[in-house]
Amino acid sequence: MSYTFTLDGKVIPFVDGQTIIQAASAAGVFIPHLCYHPEFKPHGSCKLCTVKVNGRHTASCTMRAAPGMVVESETEEINAERRALTQMLFVEGNHFCPSCEKSGNCQLQATAYHLGMMSAHYDHFFPNRAVDASHPEALLDFNRCILCSLCVRASRDVDGKNVFGLSGRGIKTHLIVNAKSGRLADTDFTLADKAAQVCPVGVILKKRQGFAVPIGERKYDKAPISQTAETTEGR
Amino acid sequence: MHAEAVAGVVDRVINRYRRDPTCMLQILREVQEACDWIPPEAIDRMQAMLGVPRTKIEGVAGFYSFIYTEPRGKYRVLFSDNITDRMQGNRALMERLCNNLWVERGKVSEDGLVSVGKTACTGLCDQGPGMLVNNYAIGGLSLERIDEIAELIRNKVPLADWPAAYFKIEDNIRRADILLNADFKPGEALLAARARAPSDGLNASNMRSWREGLPSGIGGPGATLDEIKRSGLRGRGGAGFTTGLKWEACRNAQLKAGHQRVVVCNADEGEPGTFKDRVLLSKCPDLVFEGMTVAAYAIGATRGFVYLRGEYRYLLDHLNAVLANRRRQNLLGKDICGLPGADFDIEIHVGAGAYVCGEESALIESLEGKRGTPRNRPPFPVTNGYLDQPTIVNNVETFAAAALIALNGGEWYAGIGTKQSAGTKIISVSGDCERPGIYEYPFGVSIRQVLEDCGATDTQAVQVSGPSGICVAEDEFDRIIGFEDIPTAGAFTIFNKSRDMFEVARNYVHFFQHESCGFCTPCRVGTSLLKNLMDKLHYGSGSPYDFAEIEKLNQLLQSMSHCGLGHTACNPVLDTIAKFRPAYDKRMMQQDFTPAFDLDRELSSARQMTGRDDAGAHLATEHGGQS
Ligand SMILES: Cc1cc2nc3c(=O)[nH]c(=O)nc-3n(C[C@H](O)[C@H](O)[C@H](O)COP(=O)(O)O)c2cc1C
Ligand code: SF4
Ligand code: SF4
Ligand code: FES
Repeated sequence: MSYTFTLDGKVIPFVDGQTIIQAASAAGVFIPHLCYHPEFKPHGSCKLCTVKVNGRHTASCTMRAAPGMVVESETEEINAERRALTQMLFVEGNHFCPSCEKSGNCQLQATAYHLGMMSAHYDHFFPNRAVDASHPEALLDFNRCILCSLCVRASRDVDGKNVFGLSGRGIKTHLIVNAKSGRLADTDFTLADKAAQVCPVGVILKKRQGFAVPIGERKYDKAPISQTAETTEGR
Repeated sequence: MHAEAVAGVVDRVINRYRRDPTCMLQILREVQEACDWIPPEAIDRMQAMLGVPRTKIEGVAGFYSFIYTEPRGKYRVLFSDNITDRMQGNRALMERLCNNLWVERGKVSEDGLVSVGKTACTGLCDQGPGMLVNNYAIGGLSLERIDEIAELIRNKVPLADWPAAYFKIEDNIRRADILLNADFKPGEALLAARARAPSDGLNASNMRSWREGLPSGIGGPGATLDEIKRSGLRGRGGAGFTTGLKWEACRNAQLKAGHQRVVVCNADEGEPGTFKDRVLLSKCPDLVFEGMTVAAYAIGATRGFVYLRGEYRYLLDHLNAVLANRRRQNLLGKDICGLPGADFDIEIHVGAGAYVCGEESALIESLEGKRGTPRNRPPFPVTNGYLDQPTIVNNVETFAAAALIALNGGEWYAGIGTKQSAGTKIISVSGDCERPGIYEYPFGVSIRQVLEDCGATDTQAVQVSGPSGICVAEDEFDRIIGFEDIPTAGAFTIFNKSRDMFEVARNYVHFFQHESCGFCTPCRVGTSLLKNLMDKLHYGSGSPYDFAEIEKLNQLLQSMSHCGLGHTACNPVLDTIAKFRPAYDKRMMQQDFTPAFDLDRELSSARQMTGRDDAGAHLATEHGGQS
């Protein structure tokens, strides 16, 4: 069966089982998101995709669409809250965009631009996170991890490998890899893995590829994240 | 411990848990009880025997405060650090123990013998300050007792040989009503439920589902559910959801092939200042288990769990003995009370230091042996709970009340309390009063009455329902406990006029920051930002700007967070700002913004390293003038 709901006044069709964000993107409407990826089970952790449904806040990536819903998304109030969330992610990790290989291809950065984030606003936490350069093909720079779990889901559900996982709790939550040594080199990770493709920020990086495409000519340099068709592709 | 010995321990524990990966947290906990920590070889062995990836085991181990993947000493001492413990002087005691044992707070002693740290409220507020040693609770700490404990540790006396008096936890029941006074014999409630024949009280629409649950087609379940509905019982875990509706929804949920219905008793009791479930479990475990069995009978469940918080580990062996006894009396097991098809048993799972696991969907994740992260809802546990099966989660006190309702009928129960809040409520009273302990009242009792009964004088404020509840000031003491006014899970923490309400709020903010599960951005980062702001005020660098920031964070936490923890994390701060503003004003040396960075404070580690603390080692910091 197909039904409709409204999103910022626009009529959005959907079919049974679709979430709000799925229906919206099928209709060409962009809702900011970081932990959602159309190919994976929704997670609902970053909360960037939060919208108001009949006046109540809810994550649009996990909320099933229902007939007649009245959804607000692009309002100043909600965008201000989303902006605060991106600022939180920026201060939680160490994001030095000008020197980052992912710059211009990074969803966090592009989303911050989309939301008009002008400064980090909060005091930086400057966490101490060591880089793992042990693997011959890939590099893990934990400084930029936003704990979206996409690599975890990709490795588990697509690659069948469980290379990645989250450990710790609260602000100490962190990414781990499947090796007693804790090093990527000692896992069965390869660049052919789906998990190698999905990181929305610059944690999982291909080695010896540095700046192959110059900054200024990269994905989100050409068109803002709201207009790139596969906004969740990552690279 | 040698790798082989470790493997032996792991094998024994895993086999006892039927090699079931859903018991991962229980396995980790028991391996740790034998090995003192979780060595990497133990994870190797678990990985092989359970067939789960290492990331999963390390992810679970890393989530819980009481599971250690690094050595923490043979004796692991954790001081309870709730605000009431602080008021009772826990800080000085902790320092004394550290000095006695020559160990730094939060670190392991050089010989690997002992570690000393702090933990959230251990549920001993009426007999604090409290501590846990290898997860066994000790209350009533004093300087003298601390010195004795240091001696025992230094002499490596096994915990089992420590004076039994240390581990004696009092019930401190000061006022009892229908629950705590119940003259109850095991089995009575079940027999009463069975006797309540279906003759006319049962409506046909319910027939299908209870038949589904209890294939032999007994009439009692529907009638029992009707009594629960008639009683007006609402959940005692804080949110106050109508119990009858929850049970009915679970009973009506479709069962998939191979699935069964599940009853879960939430004994996580993590809310600082709450300890009534501890007393219920210690004083009347049969009443609680019987309530669970009544629930199982009403909804057609066959499997039950008690999720017992790690801090109450000391109750485990006793509770298991009570369960064994009930099995012997045919009050658990197959064909309970001779009812064909009435099959139900209860297993106890013990938590490991994570407040968020009290949230029902996080609790279910934890029961399944995972990280305690709250699930996305819908679907709700009543349809898709434990291992995707229809599940009810209720508080300990809710089950105790349900047993009495099954025994005496819904009407009897509805006649107690107020219109919207039937029955009694058990309140855990602590803080500044003469008689801290457990008070059971019919709903509708005023704050003032409780204060009078417990001998509180010169009271400035009461924090009702713990940090996620509300802080009431003197002009509100005529308000009542009940769903129509102040609902509560049970905590009642009293502060007299000598207390600094800012420090109370700051303690609670530290609690939330520590207990955030870390899943969602607003709570994970927001509670940390909030903690930093409160610390900034504490250090005297606060300004009106910081107030505005706190209010903004509150908004964000409330609207964007994934679960109740994030939604309520700002409550204590906002309440105290609104009601005890002078406590904040006192800290605002500046009218304009001041950065949190304080050069002199940053030099403290350098001072410690060089062993200098004279005037020359300090910078005279100038406040203000930085706008
Ligand atoms: C962060 C958080 C912690 C909670 N802790 C507990 C708890 O320790 N015990 C409890 O019974 N309910 C707790 N709850 C409420 C439960 O999620 C749930 O509502 C309750 O167990 C339902 O039982 P009831 O209907 O009998 O009250 C907590 C909720 C949240 C959001
Ligand atoms: S490494 Fe990347 S994909 Fe994985 S959790 Fe971190 S940010 Fe997400
Ligand atoms: S609100 Fe806090 S505790 Fe709840 S899911 Fe989010 S991070 Fe976890
Ligand atoms: S995209 Fe929906 S919560 Fe992250």
